[in-house]
Amino acid sequence: MSQHPPPSSPPDAPAASAAAGAAAAGSRHGNRLDRWRDTYAARTASMTASEIRALFAVANRPEVVSLAGGMPYLPALPLDAIAGIAQRLVAERGAVALQYGSGQGEEVLREQIVEVMRQQQIHAHPDDVVVTTGSQQALDLVARVFLDPGDVVVAEAPSYVGALNVFRAYQAQIVHVPMDADGLQPQALDETLTRLAAQGRRVKFLYTVPNHHNPAGVTLSLERRPAVLDVCRRHGVLVLEDDPYALLGFEGDPLPALRSMDSELVVHLGSFSKTFAPGFRVGWAVAPHAVREKLVLAAESAVLCPTSFGQFAIAEYLQTYDWLGQVKVFRELYRERRDAMLDALATHLPQATWTHPDGGFYVWLTLPDGLDAKAMLPRAVTARVAFVPGTAFYADGSGRQSMRLSYCFPTADRIREGVRRLAGVVQDELEVLETFGSVGTPPHERQGSVDSPGPELA
Amino acid sequence: MNPRVTVLAGGLSHERDVSLRSGRRVAEALRASGCEVTVLDADAHLLPRLAEERPDVVWPVLHGAIGEDGALRDVLELLELRYVGSRPQSCRLAWDKPIAASVVRAAGIAVPEHIALPHATFRDLGAQPVLAAAGAWAGFPLVVKPSRGGSALGVAVVDGPGDLARAVVDAFAYGDTAVVQQHVPGTEVAVSVVEVDGELLVLPAVEIVADGGSYDYTARYTAGATEFFAPARLADDVTDRLAKAARGAHEALGLRHVSRIDFIVDPDGTPVFLEANAAPGMTETSLLPQGVAAAGLELDAVYRGIVQTAFTA
Repeated sequence: MSQHPPPSSPPDAPAASAAAGAAAAGSRHGNRLDRWRDTYAARTASMTASEIRALFAVANRPEVVSLAGGMPYLPALPLDAIAGIAQRLVAERGAVALQYGSGQGEEVLREQIVEVMRQQQIHAHPDDVVVTTGSQQALDLVARVFLDPGDVVVAEAPSYVGALNVFRAYQAQIVHVPMDADGLQPQALDETLTRLAAQGRRVKFLYTVPNHHNPAGVTLSLERRPAVLDVCRRHGVLVLEDDPYALLGFEGDPLPALRSMDSELVVHLGSFSKTFAPGFRVGWAVAPHAVREKLVLAAESAVLCPTSFGQFAIAEYLQTYDWLGQVKVFRELYRERRDAMLDALATHLPQATWTHPDGGFYVWLTLPDGLDAKAMLPRAVTARVAFVPGTAFYADGSGRQSMRLSYCFPTADRIREGVRRLAGVVQDELEVLETFGSVGTPPHERQGSVDSPGPELA
Repeated sequence: MNPRVTVLAGGLSHERDVSLRSGRRVAEALRASGCEVTVLDADAHLLPRLAEERPDVVWPVLHGAIGEDGALRDVLELLELRYVGSRPQSCRLAWDKPIAASVVRAAGIAVPEHIALPHATFRDLGAQPVLAAAGAWAGFPLVVKPSRGGSALGVAVVDGPGDLARAVVDAFAYGDTAVVQQHVPGTEVAVSVVEVDGELLVLPAVEIVADGGSYDYTARYTAGATEFFAPARLADDVTDRLAKAARGAHEALGLRHVSRIDFIVDPDGTPVFLEANAAPGMTETSLLPQGVAAAGLELDAVYRGIVQTAFTA
């Protein structure tokens, strides 16, 4: 049943039949092709068509090497085993698995999530866990619970575009703090929080991706973790730790999570999307008890309950399959692809600089001075290669000289071919730069439009 | 008898997304009017599929690149398939904006002064002197656009010399030749020309008033971001001149079945030709469907009539 029956007489419908007679010059209203235009909430202002986003439409075509997406490589999953799990689940427990469940999530899965998090030295109780529709929904719930319009969220520079879009939707202001090869810089964070406090601005939380950062490809060092927490503690600022890539490190054991060092200061988000499969849409938040209460209520109002079927399927998978062995399969696969990308970059793009990820999906590449990754994307699409321009990962329009390259989905050979094509595009851009010199940024840049691809992009 | 129609949508151009949306709308309308419709992408599977299915009519709703430059239609000719839209040679004329302007000017229709500047010109003669000369010649504001392409991609109105280099470089992202064109103040309008059941119709002009003044990609494809007046708010005699100019441009370029001709109507009421589109947009926010509605016609019937024209041609 529709909750919004259309009114019977649209204020500015095209009125096709009467149009010929209605041409009283000057005075009449035009047609905006959207009768609800004046009804939208202010927060929709940035929800516009974007020519950058439209360019990604070609990226899923096989002729194009997409280094733009973030899809995990699911052909590496044991699909037969998962089919068996799904079959048994419906046949034997369908009446429960297909029913509504608890808003906080199924207890059996929350117990297993607690076990999963021990890999990162997190000691939590199943009661502290809220299961969500992907960790993306946890981001939305935390934003809904904490952010009033105008509140400040402090985030890394660059930062995960999906989180920036959530914070924007709640009309928060985003202030970036620089990173280096060891992740977020605690001193810069301290200075930023001090400055914001002096300006009387209200900072609600620090948003951080400490492990194998999306898009920067760096990890917050062990030494810096207590320092970051200390800064936030002194400033009375909550930490939102978004940690979907923690188990996808290529070297050594996962570092202890920020949540493992302070359970009262940190809301920790996790996900099965990268270690298992995003199609189940199961992530989680671990929060101090009072915050958790609010997250559960907010979750119920958003979705009533997370997917019952997905939760039971994942619970069964964790119980009956060597899931850590599967994570290792993924790690080895992504490591090979990372190597292919770094080798190809060294071979073909010596004039650029890039990060050396020790896990996760992404390399952050910075172009030679004067080049503009966003302006370059149409040329790249013509050359059949796609990337995400750095601007997508900043709330303030910076990042033009950088781009995110993903190595999670294409094979090593495709990655090498993609980097080779990209190098050709960069070469062409350098020739244009040589001809014209540096031309600065466009004068009429639209701010805040969504310049990132949708989640279905390879 | 209802013809079997294959709509081609997608392709590998910068306008793939727009083409997919246009193609869906055309297919929907044709199905509603009783046609059996298949939608195919322009990829390596296309020719085998066409050979197998031998549709009665192919409707290429492909924007940009091979969809508009005549290349795909050459192939349809090779396959001896009937198709909606202009022949390859006319597509080539319309697709190259400076060439189209020359042809249309020769037919007695006003066009803005323009100059086509390949990248090599800047490289060989030095960017600064060429930019300075182009700026001095056209005066500011002026318009910079790629010589080929649609959806206003790479198009900029440049207010002063300081922004000219950036605009030219952005146009080069979409192709090897940039056009610098004098800016014509006035009313922006689009006139669609269709051949329905063999009869050529010039649809009412659609006037475009974009928020912020620039009918760019965002203004084109964000519902609500642009105000349209259909028919355009023009005096009757100006409306007549505009319709004649649109028909004149359509015929001078040898366009067929469906086209959209974009103009600025200057303060004297003279229609000034900007460009012709052999594969105009057919999305929810596109101009041609608004022209159809302003004519008091049904979209389904018009699209069906266009197919009929191609079918019996």
